[in-house]
Amino acid sequence: MTTTPPAATADAELPRLRLDTPPLLVLPILALLALPLIGSFPTWVTLTVAGLAMGMMIFIMASGLTLVFGLMDVLNFGHGAFVSVGAFTATLVLLPMQGWMQADSVLMNLTALGLAIALAMLVTGALGWAFERIIVMPVYGQHLKQILITMGGMIVAEQMIHVVWGPDQIPLPLPTSFRGVILVGDAAIEKYRLIAVAVGLVVFAAMFLVLNRTKVGLLIRAGVENGEMVEALGYRIRRLFVVVFVAGSALAGLGGVLWGLYKETLTAAMGADIMVLVFIVIIIGGLGSVGGCFIGALLVALVANYTGFLAPKIALVSNILLMVAILLWRPQGLYPVAKR
Amino acid sequence: MILQRLLSGDFPRSRFLTALLLAVFTGLALAPFLFPGARALNVAATVCVFVVLVASYDLLLGYTGIVSFAHTMFYGIGAYGVGLSLHSVGPTWGAVFMGLTIALMLSLALALVIGLFSLRVKAIFYAMITLAVASAFAVLASQLSDFTGGEDGRTFGVPELLRPGFRLVEAEVFGTAINGKLITYYLVFCSALALFLLLLRVVNSPFGRVLQAIRENDFRAEALGYRTVVYRTLANCLSAVVATLAGALMALWLRYAGPQTTLSFTIMMDILLIVVIGGMGTLYGAVVGAALFILAQNYLQALMKQGSDALAAVPLLANLLHPDRWLLWLGVLFVLSVYFFPTGIVGKLRGKSK
Repeated sequence: MTTTPPAATADAELPRLRLDTPPLLVLPILALLALPLIGSFPTWVTLTVAGLAMGMMIFIMASGLTLVFGLMDVLNFGHGAFVSVGAFTATLVLLPMQGWMQADSVLMNLTALGLAIALAMLVTGALGWAFERIIVMPVYGQHLKQILITMGGMIVAEQMIHVVWGPDQIPLPLPTSFRGVILVGDAAIEKYRLIAVAVGLVVFAAMFLVLNRTKVGLLIRAGVENGEMVEALGYRIRRLFVVVFVAGSALAGLGGVLWGLYKETLTAAMGADIMVLVFIVIIIGGLGSVGGCFIGALLVALVANYTGFLAPKIALVSNILLMVAILLWRPQGLYPVAKR
Repeated sequence: MILQRLLSGDFPRSRFLTALLLAVFTGLALAPFLFPGARALNVAATVCVFVVLVASYDLLLGYTGIVSFAHTMFYGIGAYGVGLSLHSVGPTWGAVFMGLTIALMLSLALALVIGLFSLRVKAIFYAMITLAVASAFAVLASQLSDFTGGEDGRTFGVPELLRPGFRLVEAEVFGTAINGKLITYYLVFCSALALFLLLLRVVNSPFGRVLQAIRENDFRAEALGYRTVVYRTLANCLSAVVATLAGALMALWLRYAGPQTTLSFTIMMDILLIVVIGGMGTLYGAVVGAALFILAQNYLQALMKQGSDALAAVPLLANLLHPDRWLLWLGVLFVLSVYFFPTGIVGKLRGKSK
């Protein structure tokens, strides 16, 4: 070999990744199709915002799971436990700070909520680290055992919640300033849903930036694409994985707080219940893909809200029907990750 | 030898295990005479049904290496099929068989569709899809309350022969009245025994060997010329059918079909716990596991209550031993057994005898 290939001089010379647009178009098309069916514009706005809020919360809970799967081929059936633990941890702050929560001041409400979220994320992050060490690490590469053992981990975690917080449901009222609705024209929009959408967008934007603009993000994306190659280049993918696992758990905790406030009551089984939706979302999105997960979450939530209004009986199985439809169109999910 | 044929040549292969199995068998066979009282009989019947249910799940998990979360769905279909049919037609044998037939067809169709749809892909994919389908089904059953009775479920009358008021002979035998309850118990027991022996036959047949080959290395099994999708789907259907029958037996025994006793996720967890603790990949694990588990479920809690009361002064510890927290200890046991003895109790016992 005498001639060496010319080094890439500028980014401009690299072929750009083509954007895969059809899945992006599904959402607006779905929303527009629903408009004439629903008939009334204000109702449509209310439903759409409700759907977006729910979708954002599901996305927050699902994103960590899908990344963990993409990176290490580990599917954590115990992910739901982090959701419950996050929500219950928040009560440690929110219930003693009841006064701040009920005060008619946005600042005090936000401080209480912010503290609760910070603590919840801290605890679930730490729990995620322990979970990874104790439960997941010994069973790498063995799918069957992974499913069983993470399921077992979830049982234990759920029961521990009962031990610590007692067997009863815990009511978790919304802070005063987040209650009520905003009227936009004739459409009534619950304030809390707007907040959920905002938080979801912030998380998505932050994740997008970290994944696409930082070195860690680059390594994570490369690891999802081809883990062995990244290892061969001298990066420890194990360490990266722990980071992603902890971050994913913390996000699940955040999602749990939001979801708990949305439902206004906490049960230890709430995480396990929401897991069904989360699994549908990551299957629809394509296992391992964050973008697909985002679109999948919004799709699932919008479809659930629209059908809940149009045909409540069908709404119960609408998620399954949606999943079947998507998988018939793209058997690997919306944005399949290359190697799987 | 007749025993050889009955057990399909698959002996327990451990002295202690044999003794344990014999104890369970005689205990169940003579339960009405050995342990008087409605509660003991109920425990025995539940054990019978769970042995079948867990054994059919083991066919999937232990023998074929498929994780399914839809097993309670098939169990529920069986219970609801018989229950709703008896509820709407009236307490006749015709209604029982009609309900059973419809339930079996529905289970078979669902198992076939889910299997063909998702068994092509990885185990993990199948686990998620069955979880989604089963939860949708459970919600559906509790929401269609006009038809299924919703959360309350349906109570119904059973054919006259099986009613507690019915007397086969007036005299008591060994101090036990020969009434409809007893007949129902023996119906459950004999059906469970037959189904268990049938499953034992299946896993020891050439078909069962192919399933184990798929579990060990599906790629190689495919290379040897076995269509893994076909075998997996067949195993899925077979296990669904047996689970449906188990559900029907449970419905006949309880004279009730409702979401809590058949479809709930807790039961799915119970099945998983029993299979893993009893021993995956051996049907005797189902017997030992189910017997221990149901006994613990019914009697261990009383023990834990004593412990909890004794430690009432220590706040957190008392909570840990609260009778409702027994699932916590089983969960811990479950995780430990997946790590340290993945072959379960039976595997441990067999290993020792070698």
